[in-house]
Amino acid sequence: MEITLTHYLVLATLLFLTGMLGFIVRRNAIVMLMCIELMLCAANIVLAAFSRWHLDLGGHVFVLMSFAVAAAEAAIGLAILVEIYRRRRTVNVDELTTLME
Amino acid sequence: MLETLQVNIPSWSDLGYWRPELTLLSTFLVALIGDLIVRGRRPWVPFTLALAGMLLALGFAVADLGEPAHTVMGSLIIVDGIASFFRILFLVAGLATVLFSWTSEEIMGVKREAKGEYYALLTLLTGGMCVMAEARDILMLFLSMELVGLTSYVLAGYMRTSLRSTEAAVKYVIFAAVSSGIMLYGLSLFYGLTGETTFVGIREALFANPPHPYALLVVVVLVLVGMGYKIAAVPFHHWAPDVYEGAPTPVTAIFSVGPKAAGFALMIRFFYTTLVAGPEAAGTSNLLRLVDWPLLIALLSAVTMTYGNLVALRQTNVKRMLAYSSIAHVGYILMGFLLLTSDGLQAILFYLLVYMLMNLGAFLFVVAINNHLRSEELTDYAGLGFRAPWLATMMFVFLISLTGLPPTAGFIGKFFLFKAVLAQEWYWLAILAGLNSVISLFYYMRVTKAMFFTEPAESDGAAAPLAIKPLEYVVLAALCIPTIGLGIWWGPVRDFADQAIARFNVGI
Repeated sequence: MEITLTHYLVLATLLFLTGMLGFIVRRNAIVMLMCIELMLCAANIVLAAFSRWHLDLGGHVFVLMSFAVAAAEAAIGLAILVEIYRRRRTVNVDELTTLME
Repeated sequence: MLETLQVNIPSWSDLGYWRPELTLLSTFLVALIGDLIVRGRRPWVPFTLALAGMLLALGFAVADLGEPAHTVMGSLIIVDGIASFFRILFLVAGLATVLFSWTSEEIMGVKREAKGEYYALLTLLTGGMCVMAEARDILMLFLSMELVGLTSYVLAGYMRTSLRSTEAAVKYVIFAAVSSGIMLYGLSLFYGLTGETTFVGIREALFANPPHPYALLVVVVLVLVGMGYKIAAVPFHHWAPDVYEGAPTPVTAIFSVGPKAAGFALMIRFFYTTLVAGPEAAGTSNLLRLVDWPLLIALLSAVTMTYGNLVALRQTNVKRMLAYSSIAHVGYILMGFLLLTSDGLQAILFYLLVYMLMNLGAFLFVVAINNHLRSEELTDYAGLGFRAPWLATMMFVFLISLTGLPPTAGFIGKFFLFKAVLAQEWYWLAILAGLNSVISLFYYMRVTKAMFFTEPAESDGAAAPLAIKPLEYVVLAALCIPTIGLGIWWGPVRDFADQAIARFNVGI
């Protein structure tokens, strides 16, 4: 069987929906960040697949940049989570309620 | 595949059009290194460096005002009328925030470490916002939004020992990351539909080969999630009240105007370039009708302003109330986006400038009061009209301007927005916005009532006059005078906005 553009897009859509669902269902901030990484991955697959399909290198460059951004975001996100874990002993977002009305 | 590769090497001479941004970026590095050299013991070193860098950048931005449009770094960045307009707006907001942070106890208090990084990050944030207004490629759009985002998370959690500040940072990071993930997915589909990454290329591909309406609708909505998040429009606003309340107040002040205006700048450039060929072509374009854009934006605007105002009504914390009020103002500004015309664009630019002055002023007043009272509760504001009469009077001006009453700039700004909406015959939206302004009068005047018509409590010297620093007077007056002045004599600023629109380049 030949792998076509459609296969990549279906894979990306499934990955994106998995990430979205995980983000909505799970309450652990670290798992939520991991789900966001899944969504970014889905976007990267779409970019890379279309880049090949259009025979245009722009998409590949975009993927490289978005890797770097995702890494920076994860680094800052985890640093902030470490900080809040030190004060609260939890990273469950439902228990972060100091700022609720 | 390599045969199709066209290498577009950017020329160094382009960078001459990018002096303000280069100044801000090098100031960021110099301030960081300067802070290391003095080992964080002399906070005035990074403060002075940041201040000088911003002043220099503002000088460059003003000097470059009349320049024709130029691209920088190949096709990634464009410096045109809109970019020059927003550059000035961001630099003024950044300057006011840097100056005010120097007086703030939250930032400069004795226990606070790493004060130097704070000023360096503020410079980087300002630079990032400028780039957001200049992006003309979806790659740069994504990168500049992330630059502003990453800097903002750190600034929101700047008070590391405070539960509220760290919690604000967590909420910010999680909501921001998910919305940028959704937007990136939308951008990747935009790339898939067109095979182009520049806004102009996307438009040409879309017009040459119109996609299925639903495909375009899905893509536009996905991208709107990311941008709606940046400007805190309902239903992407959940982060805003918590982050605004938890972050240090000077940081909240710049969050409430800077990234928001940058989000609008990005929306202006992206949607005016990809959906229509610039403001003049708005009436004839068919892509707007493909996605039913006016209805989409009208609903977004109506929900945003109504929600913001209704929830602001029952807030008892002034900072949180101002957070909801800033959501409501996003609703007003979105009215200008209905048909992507030049009338609407003029109203948006004028309102954003006015909003920057008055909202920054209101938040900086909260900073000044927090320095003395360590509180933002409305009940603690009792009698401030007697304890700090000048400051309270200026706050009163900001509040009536936020409500949109004459003779202030807020009234003129709202007038232009209403005019743009009525010209397109969206009567229900204009009536709803009018009703919303009436609601907002109620909660803004509650602050005034607390300040001027409530006696301060007699206990332990709570009625003593506050020792306000001269710098606080100067910065607030610098924001307050134009707030009244523009309400009486708005011509020059309207011309400034008109020139920005005239040099808005959607072609190169």
